[in-house]
Amino acid sequence: MTDQSSTPSKTEAVEVAPAVQKSSRTKMGLRKQDFNIFLIVIALVMLAPFILNPFPEGSGMAQFNAGYPDLMQRFVIFGIFAIGFNILFGLTGYLSFGHAAFLGVGSYAGVWMMKLLTMNVIPAIIVSTAIAGIFALFVGFISLRRSGIYFSILTLAFAQMSFSLAYSVLTPITGGETGLQLALDDVRLFGTAAVDGSIPATNLFGLAMRDSFELEIGGWLFTFNAGYYLSAFVMLAAFYLSVRIFRSPFGMMLRAVKSNQQRMNYTGLNAKPYTLAAFVISGMYAGLAGGLMVSMDPLAGAERMFWTASGEVVLMTILGGAGTMIGPVLGAGFIKYMENIVSKINETILHQWFYWLPDGLEDFVIALIYPFIGKGWHLTLGIMFMMVVIFLPGGLVEGGQRIAGLFKKRKASTSDDDTTPKSAPQAAE
Amino acid sequence: MDGILLQILNGLDKGSAYALIALGLTLIFGTLGVVNFAHGALFMLGAFCAVTLSRIISLSYETIDPNRLDFLGNPAKINTPYVYDFFGPNMGASIIDWAVPLSILFAIPMMMLIGIAMERGLIKHFYKRPHADQILVTFGLAIVLQEIIKFYYGANPIPTPAPAALVGTFDFGAMLGLNPGTVLYPYWRLVYFLFSVVLIGGVFAFLQFTTFGMVVRAGMADRETVGLLGINIDKRFTIMFAIAACVAGLAGVMYTPINSPNYHMGMDFLVLSFVVVVVGGMGSLPGAVLAGFVLGILESFASTPAATSIVPGINQIIIYLVAIVILLTRPRGLMGRKGVMEE
Repeated sequence: MTDQSSTPSKTEAVEVAPAVQKSSRTKMGLRKQDFNIFLIVIALVMLAPFILNPFPEGSGMAQFNAGYPDLMQRFVIFGIFAIGFNILFGLTGYLSFGHAAFLGVGSYAGVWMMKLLTMNVIPAIIVSTAIAGIFALFVGFISLRRSGIYFSILTLAFAQMSFSLAYSVLTPITGGETGLQLALDDVRLFGTAAVDGSIPATNLFGLAMRDSFELEIGGWLFTFNAGYYLSAFVMLAAFYLSVRIFRSPFGMMLRAVKSNQQRMNYTGLNAKPYTLAAFVISGMYAGLAGGLMVSMDPLAGAERMFWTASGEVVLMTILGGAGTMIGPVLGAGFIKYMENIVSKINETILHQWFYWLPDGLEDFVIALIYPFIGKGWHLTLGIMFMMVVIFLPGGLVEGGQRIAGLFKKRKASTSDDDTTPKSAPQAAE
Repeated sequence: MDGILLQILNGLDKGSAYALIALGLTLIFGTLGVVNFAHGALFMLGAFCAVTLSRIISLSYETIDPNRLDFLGNPAKINTPYVYDFFGPNMGASIIDWAVPLSILFAIPMMMLIGIAMERGLIKHFYKRPHADQILVTFGLAIVLQEIIKFYYGANPIPTPAPAALVGTFDFGAMLGLNPGTVLYPYWRLVYFLFSVVLIGGVFAFLQFTTFGMVVRAGMADRETVGLLGINIDKRFTIMFAIAACVAGLAGVMYTPINSPNYHMGMDFLVLSFVVVVVGGMGSLPGAVLAGFVLGILESFASTPAATSIVPGINQIIIYLVAIVILLTRPRGLMGRKGVMEE
């Protein structure tokens, strides 16, 4: 995706580069190539109900449709989580293994807002972001005294501590093992505790998050969900902010931390405030994701803070491409798609696919594939993740760039070689 | 007095497991400079070596005994393990009974092979890459190993009992002249502790008193110089990786009677073992062992009612809390060498 956008603008970017920075900013304060990426992301996100439902309802391939509200919401929410993680890991190189704690804290804060204030999601989202930010400030202030593996262990320790406490001692606040959920006797200052004997739905000024508009065209059924579009708008705002951070002097500082912190110190700059700011920002992104998550489904559990959840966001970011702007979003979408779709394939479906093979061969092929699908999808994920770390440290984005590079080389060899060396710094780098 | 003794004893077996895993982690980090997130998976593989061997030993064939009837009135089917035929019923029964300790013999070559395959196949390509990459690729490997085990053995814990002779508890307090019945300790936990002491002693002795160990220690101190002296240090480090894998595997084998093995047991221990390594000091072998036991015992003291009544939930977080305090006040850990990853 980045390639499409970066290819036409390459020459322009190179021409503009020596000029003043101001002139390289075109629309909405973005460079042209970034703006193109942003436009593509907007298009993808807004048209997701169409794009993710390519197969007609009732056809054999319908199970690969991902265009149902629940999954689409998860795509964008985990997209926000991964974008935030990428601001920390992609730019500064600090590998946090405890980021899920902020998501969990955000979720709890969001549910409490709904219990105490109103079922409107706006306060929930704002407060969960703020609380996660404060918590991130505390954790970051301590963890960032160390770097490298020590930083990873410290964040991991904090996250595990939060998990354990949420699970046991803090049960009055967190609901313990059952999780925190709404009840019929909640206080709810603005709004009613119950509507017709049941808990009211989360809403945005009266628009219920679970409301959907269904559009039927031919055999296709497209669902446009209010909650999804709210999350999508928030995600686009988050993405825009992250692009601005990437291109700002602040982002440059963070990159300096990653490439050589010592040299940065010698030039008289203190890296700590910058990394701490990045940590807090990425913690707030995680809190925002948590707030959105409970806005869609008002339930928060401690397992969201478990370290495997932190591992998942690491997987997303690396798989998509750490340090690239669009990579984390791709990675989040990819993993959530796999989790929900690949895990649904079972033996019967495989038999349907391979019915045309001779019997013995059919069983053999299915026996080969079976461990990798259904419940075994984690195995596929693990193998893919290893492959990416070993062969494609830049993730899926780098893979796309390499493929695009192959095509470009062929063109370049026919015209002039001038473009090839300049193609190294990519748009999404 | 007896309360304190009881908590120390309780802490010892968990501490032993921490110490063994942390020892392996430190060996790998000290020799190869690799942060191995798949070490917990090796612990888990060791446990499943025990499961596999006890399954192999109990393989049996079915015969129909016309003289006995089962509850439906059909002729009873009798399962006879093959070992009964090979060694006679008495010997066969005791072999099945002692499957877990016997698994040690099975696990050593298996874990050696797995360790060598891992190091040659994957880890050696990551020496020059940043620590973050090493963490990530071994994390991926851990997921893969874990899922493979889940596929073949299922997700449920598999009970693997200790030999009948070592089941049950004994009155440790009465032996020391305390009130009988106050300090009861399961036999197997004592076995586990002694086993880990022997294993740790063995590793240290191997490093301290053999020529091979001396070369390895020299390599840990200055790899380049040892290589320049014409010693194939890579090969020895590969063997050290295999030994570290073995230590983790054996820790897993012996842990099976304490906790039924399941596919994610390794990850549960790994997180804590990393904390242990960091507390002990990255790259310090005695530090890893010391921190393992200290944290195990601390954890057990923190879970007493007296401690939890003062600070609720302290038992859940004590290890992490200690780690945070240690990292902030003494970043190189309890016994870490000066300057090893100390920034």
